[in-house]
Amino acid sequence: MTKIFETPLYPYVRSSDQDAGRPVRHAVVVLGAGPVGLATAIDLAQQGISVLVLDENDKVSWGSRAICFAKRPLEILDRLGCGQKMVDKGVVWNLGKVFFDERKVYDFNLLPEGGHKRPAFINLQQYYLEQYLVERALEIGRDTGLLELRGGNRVSAVEPQEDGVKLTVETPDGPYRIMADWLIACDGAGSPTRTMMGLDFQGRIFEDNFLIADVVMKADFPTERWFWFDPPFNKGQSALLHRQPDDVWRIDLQLGWDIDREAEKNPARVREKLKAMLGEEVEFELEWVSIYTFQCRRMEKFRHGRVIFAGDAAHQVSPFGARGANSGFQDTDNLAWKLKLVVDGTAPESLLDSYDEERVFAADENILNSSRSTDFITPKSHASRVFRDAVLELAEHHAFARPLVNSGRLSLPATYDGSPLNGPDCAAMPVRTRPGAPASDAPVAGGWLLDRLGDRFQLVTIDNEAPATLTIDGIPVERVALSAANDPTGALAARYLGEAKSAVYLMRPDQHVAARWETFDAGEVTKALRIATARSDNAGRG
Amino acid sequence: MSETTHETGLRLGPNLPAPDGFYAELIALHEGLSREDSEALNARLVLVLANHIGDREVLRAAFAAARLQGAPKT
Repeated sequence: MTKIFETPLYPYVRSSDQDAGRPVRHAVVVLGAGPVGLATAIDLAQQGISVLVLDENDKVSWGSRAICFAKRPLEILDRLGCGQKMVDKGVVWNLGKVFFDERKVYDFNLLPEGGHKRPAFINLQQYYLEQYLVERALEIGRDTGLLELRGGNRVSAVEPQEDGVKLTVETPDGPYRIMADWLIACDGAGSPTRTMMGLDFQGRIFEDNFLIADVVMKADFPTERWFWFDPPFNKGQSALLHRQPDDVWRIDLQLGWDIDREAEKNPARVREKLKAMLGEEVEFELEWVSIYTFQCRRMEKFRHGRVIFAGDAAHQVSPFGARGANSGFQDTDNLAWKLKLVVDGTAPESLLDSYDEERVFAADENILNSSRSTDFITPKSHASRVFRDAVLELAEHHAFARPLVNSGRLSLPATYDGSPLNGPDCAAMPVRTRPGAPASDAPVAGGWLLDRLGDRFQLVTIDNEAPATLTIDGIPVERVALSAANDPTGALAARYLGEAKSAVYLMRPDQHVAARWETFDAGEVTKALRIATARSDNAGRG
Repeated sequence: MSETTHETGLRLGPNLPAPDGFYAELIALHEGLSREDSEALNARLVLVLANHIGDREVLRAAFAAARLQGAPKT
C-alpha cells in the first residue's frame, strides 16, 4: 500500500532561475516545506506577498511525528484556509486518565469552554497536516501566482548581505544561485541555516530516550489520552496511549538513558513490549517506530538582519504539552503580517524586532511549561521522585494533589504582555482579551467571530459608532460592527465587555488585541495603530 | 469546597495558586542535596509548616490524610 508519506507531492522541476544569467531576486524565500514553512508561505501569499519555498525533499514527513494540534493553531489554520480539512480528519478528544503502577489515580476532562468554533485539541498525524498544507499552498500558488514550491532544492550556502541574502541551491541538475530580500528559515531543529550562519542554540539536554510506536489496531480503547507513571509493563518508566485517525494509535514508551538504541528498535522487541502493554489478544500492525531524545533550547535571537528563524529552527521543546508544532504556527502567525507591512513599505523594519521580542517571550513560556512536565514525568533526583510518587499517591485520595499531577499541560497561546506593540487597555474589560492576548472566539450573527477577523487591522466595535474604514498612514483599518443585543449565548459580552457598557478593540492581522477602549476616538486609534506598527513607541503605557 | 474540607478545617481541595510553579520551587529546594540531607530538609519543612498551622486537630487530620487513611476521600 502506498502511504501518503511515500508519494512525491512537489517533485523537482527545473526552474527558469537555473538558466538565468545572474541570480534572480525574490521578495521572500522560505527554507523548509514542513508545517511551519508551509504556513508562512501560505500566509504571505494570502496577504499579497510573493514567496518561494525551497525544500530538499518532495514529500510529507515520514511517520506521525507531531499529533496533537490545539485550538489556537486550528484557528490560525482556519485563517490560512485549511483548518476545516484538519478538523474533519482529526480525532477530537477531551478525556484523559492517569495511571500509577496498576491503579487509575486520576482522570480529567478538558471540559472545553462553550462558544468556540474549534475544540481544545485534535489528534492528527503530521503527514496529513502537511498534506493539507501542501494542497493549500499549491492551490494558492495556482490562484495567485504568488507562491512557488520547489522540491529537490537544497540550500548549501547562505550569505547574508546588507539588503538581502545570497543563496546557493543544489539540485539534481547542479547548483544555482538566487537572492532573497528576506529569508525565513523553517528548516527544523537541526536547521542547516543556523549552522551555516554559526549561530547559537543553547538550552538543557534531557538524558532520556523515548520509543514512539504508531500502531494500527482495531481496539476498543476509548478516545482518551491514557498516561502511565511506572506501569507494570514498563517498570520505572512512563507510557502514553493516544488515538489518531485511521485506527492508528500513538504509543510512547520511556526507555531511560543507558540503552542500546538499535536493540530497542528491533520490531520483535517492540512487539513484545506492546503485547505486555495492550494484552496478548490484541492484534496490531506496526506502522512507524522511532526513538527520540530531546532538548529544551532556543536561539538567543530569532531575527538576524534579513534572516528570520521560525519553528523548531528557532526553539525546541520536549514533546510533553504539545508546544512544538503548535508554537511554530504561532511564530508564523506573528511574523507574516509584520513582514508584509515592511515589504510594502508601510511599516519600518524595526517592526520585525517585535517578532523577536514576542516570540522569544512565547518560546520561554513554552520551554518552562514543557520542562516542568518533563521533570515531573522523569524525576532527575531521588527527592524529586519521592515527591512525584507522593503526589500520585495523594491524587488518588485527595483533590488538592490533582493539579500537581503533570503529564503535559494544555498547549495555550502566549499573551504578549509587555509587548512594545501593545496600546492602551481598559480596566473595566475582561483580563483574557487584554492587549497582547489572542482574540477569544465567540458566536456572532451569522457565524463565529474569529472567522471575521484576521489578515488586516480591524476595529471591532460593540455598541459603538465608527467609520466603516479608516486609512491611517496608508494602512486600512476595517470596522467589524457587533452588538451585545445580538449575543444569544452571552459569550461576546463575557469575553469582550466585562463591566464596560460598550467596546472598541483594535485587532492586529494575527487576531491579537492591540488596544481597547470603551468608546471610539479616531485620534486614539491612530496613536494605537502607530504603536502596533512600530512607528511610535508605547513608553509610559502599562 | 465544603466536600474537600475536613470537619477540622483541613483543606483537601486545591488551594495552591500556580501549582506548577510551586512544585518546581519545591524540587529546586532539594537540588544538589544527598538523600540524607533531603530527608532532613523534609523533616524540618514539616515542622515549620506544622508550627505555622498551629492547630492540633487540623494536624491530626493532616497526618491521617498523609497516611492515606482516616480523612475522607475527596
